[in-house]
Amino acid sequence: MDVRLEHLTKVFPSRDKKGSEVVAVNDFNFTIPEGKLIGLLGPSGCGKSTMLYMICGLENPTSGKIYFGDEDVTDIPSEKRGVGLVFQNYALYPHLTVRQNITFPLENLKGEEKLTKEQRNQKALEAAKLVQIDGLMDRKPGEMSGGQQQRVAIARALVKMPKVLLMDEPLSNLDARLRLQTREEIRRIQKATGITTIFVTHDQEEAMSISDMIVVMKDGIFQQMDQPQKVYDDPVNLFVAKFLGTPAINVFEADVKDKKLYIGEDMVMDKVNVKDGPVWCGIRPEGFILDGNGALKCSLTGVDVMGRDTSIVSTNPKMTGLSVRSIISAEDLKLTSKDSVRFNIKRSKTLLFDKESEGRIYYD
Amino acid sequence: MTKSGVRKEGIKGTLTGWLYLAPALAFLIFFMVYPLIDVFIYSFEEGYNSASQTYFGIGGYNYSYVLRDPYFLQAVKNTFILVIFTVPISTILALLISLALNSIDKLKKLFQTIYFLPYVTNTLAVGLVFMILFRKTPYTDGLINLLIKAFGMSAVDFIEGPYWAKMLVLCIYVIWIVMPFKILILTSALASVNPVYYKAARIDGASKTRIFFKITLPMISPMIFYLVITGFIGAFKAYSDAVAIFGVDLNAAGMNTMVGYVYDMLYGDGGGYPSYASAAAIILFAIVLTITVINLIVSKKTSQKG
Ligand SMILES: Nc1ncnc2c1ncn2[C@@H]1O[C@H](COP(=O)(O)OP(=O)(O)O)[C@@H](O)[C@H]1O
Ligand SMILES: [Mg+2]
Repeated sequence: MDVRLEHLTKVFPSRDKKGSEVVAVNDFNFTIPEGKLIGLLGPSGCGKSTMLYMICGLENPTSGKIYFGDEDVTDIPSEKRGVGLVFQNYALYPHLTVRQNITFPLENLKGEEKLTKEQRNQKALEAAKLVQIDGLMDRKPGEMSGGQQQRVAIARALVKMPKVLLMDEPLSNLDARLRLQTREEIRRIQKATGITTIFVTHDQEEAMSISDMIVVMKDGIFQQMDQPQKVYDDPVNLFVAKFLGTPAINVFEADVKDKKLYIGEDMVMDKVNVKDGPVWCGIRPEGFILDGNGALKCSLTGVDVMGRDTSIVSTNPKMTGLSVRSIISAEDLKLTSKDSVRFNIKRSKTLLFDKESEGRIYYD
Repeated sequence: MTKSGVRKEGIKGTLTGWLYLAPALAFLIFFMVYPLIDVFIYSFEEGYNSASQTYFGIGGYNYSYVLRDPYFLQAVKNTFILVIFTVPISTILALLISLALNSIDKLKKLFQTIYFLPYVTNTLAVGLVFMILFRKTPYTDGLINLLIKAFGMSAVDFIEGPYWAKMLVLCIYVIWIVMPFKILILTSALASVNPVYYKAARIDGASKTRIFFKITLPMISPMIFYLVITGFIGAFKAYSDAVAIFGVDLNAAGMNTMVGYVYDMLYGDGGGYPSYASAAAIILFAIVLTITVINLIVSKKTSQKG
């Protein structure tokens, strides 16, 4: 079952009389295809949690509609929507055991759906097996590690076999190693159950690594939705380009003159089919080719060896960040000077953006 | 660091701990433990005379006297009625009011202040108000009786009338006095429950009642146990409440409490019997101790069962 949002908007009234109201989610439109894992990505405070809470019914939208399949669920209370939510801090009931936590949603079923105690325990055990915590059923949340608690939270969200599974930054409280492990786990569980899943995160790497599609948002406004690699290769604006990728894209102040792209005095690319004037030029770290006679001249600051690849840190008067980071494979590393470095740039890794609107400019 | 080093550190740590506790402990021993032992000894000294500091003999006579004294039995009965009714009723009422307070957003602070006012009001002043409300005099029936008559029933003298009426007023008074503190504790306990649990429970489809019994109540149960235990102890020690409404001659009014009995035995009209007073005080102490231990065991069991 797909999830469709139409003009979804949430405005929070100002907390005091003087303050202005907050538009947490602004006119969102998109459709989440059935059975897919969607990464909802954006910086902190951009309205990701609010969006999730509206989809699951904890917050009412100010305007707009939410559809599950053909059904309009906008005014349906959350318990009738068939959603499971994994909270950022797990929100496990601390006074209940793992088994009691997982069976809690089942005990609330009424009428025809009502289950016997054996059925409930059976289902809880199945859910626990899925997330591999079936050996810890009688523990209390306080007696488990963060990763184990996270699994219990997922089991509790899954036990009712929800139509949609929502996860609010589920990995943010785990340490780096566990985070990697758990995100693979989430991917596996999602594949195994085929439940349409929305995974919220502010970590672009996390979103890119496990999502079928990512949705990028900023200040409550939809930016782009596509497969992770497509969004990375083909961002619609400077914000999306900067938000995805580690190390981040290098942004320069550049100019187009007679179909040639200049960074300062250096003509770095020709056949640039756009009108003359200043532009933002973004170059991915892997878009630099080390060349003693290269077009782009930078001052060398240092070399970071990161295993297989090497990152060259340099500066350029026209850069906007603190430094220019380029990734060069180790065998290509031939530095000719101690304090300057020259690059040619790859056309496919170079993106231009409008100086005012910061929208993407296509130059081919 | 070596093992013995760790151990030394540990001993030093405990020593500092005891050192910090020492002043408080000294006070406790001097003003609590020593008098308690003293009272315990008095209670077995028959016919102790405080002027001459002499006594006839040692034995259980004081206890058998006190336990057969109709005034004491009346006081025990009154105290137990007071405990059994006021502790649960005031706790449940306070919980209901706190739940209501917690569910409103506007004017919450104002209502919290209003509910807390009786706590900072003098108990004797409250007693006076109760007397005016409940008393029936030749000139007026009092406000409560006017209400009762409005419902077509006959007026009752709550202050000098039948036993049940006096007991009712005393219970209402005690509940009224202890409620503000309980409301204060429970509203802050309720406010400290992380709202994320309620969100989770809503998604899980739990009804309001189920949320209350399965989530809210267990989460604030330590505070409820605290209030019940201190409530029991407080009610067993009730005295000034009865004085505030019925005056100092509580035995005559039939409204004495156990602490009142102890006081009367020491200083009252028929007073001057420290041995009887001590025996009564020890009996009270034993009862309160037993009830508190039972309370603690129950609270431990409940929180373990979780
Ligand atoms: N209950 C609320 N009342 C007022 N403002 C809120 C409320 N919840 C969130 N906001 C505001 O809405 C914006 C989006 O918040 P949120 O959805 O939590 O962001 P994210 O999850 O992306 O970090 C923030 O500016 C936040 O301050
Ligand atoms: Mg959030």
